Amino acid sequence: MSDVSLPASRRDFLLAAGGAAAGVALASVVVVRPALATPATLQEAIGKVVGTARVSAGRVKLELPPLVENGNTVPLAVRVESPMTETDHVRAIHVFAEKNPQPNVLGVFLGPRAGRASVSTRMRLADTQTVIAIAELSDGSFWSDRADVVVTLAACLEEP
Amino acid sequence: MASALIRVPERARRGEVIEIRGLIGHPMETGYRRTQHGERIARDIVRLFTCTYNGTEVFRAELHPAIAANPFIAFSTVATESGTIALHWSGDNGFTATESAAIVVE
Repeated sequence: MSDVSLPASRRDFLLAAGGAAAGVALASVVVVRPALATPATLQEAIGKVVGTARVSAGRVKLELPPLVENGNTVPLAVRVESPMTETDHVRAIHVFAEKNPQPNVLGVFLGPRAGRASVSTRMRLADTQTVIAIAELSDGSFWSDRADVVVTLAACLEEP
Repeated sequence: MASALIRVPERARRGEVIEIRGLIGHPMETGYRRTQHGERIARDIVRLFTCTYNGTEVFRAELHPAIAANPFIAFSTVATESGTIALHWSGDNGFTATESAAIVVE
């Protein structure tokens, strides 16, 4: 009897747990407020880029896998909604990691000749954490997106 | 000499947005790792990546230790004219590398 009911309940549990995790991820994506609840070094690094300007949520799409087995190479893509014209384009895209030894990951500088504001690369993640992408537009405004990543094998730990 | 791979479409229409990909063999030593004897391994990374289109810079990226070994970067540019697209990497310990590809724009 339990042979039948056990897998079913396990499946139910996994479904429920997955749903809850997705809910948490969704909630944290909606509340984008880089000024809050992040370590001081990260704030300092972001401050060097944005100065005193306000960073709004939206227009930027940061793509990272939600679950990473190996933190040594994690594919990452950033796309920014922009017509990329002479008067309205993305000037720079910066990526920050919350719990790596250094907050800076990548700084990209482009212009109207890029045609499309998108960049992809592979990064290291030292721990389960939040990654933040901030785009600077030609009108001086800043937009951001963040992604939560769960890392099972961290980078920077292995011995050579 | 580091090996670099670059991917640029051979032909494109004028005004088309093309994707360029560059990969270079480099350990991207973070400077945070230690040997088995506890000695810190010095940082050795590629710090700057640029792309020039017929000599004009169209894309620039500053890399940090958080970029994975053998840095890969993909980005886009507008195909404006036939010519050469060159990728340049430079970094610690005097590291430099350049790889270029020809493009025909019609």
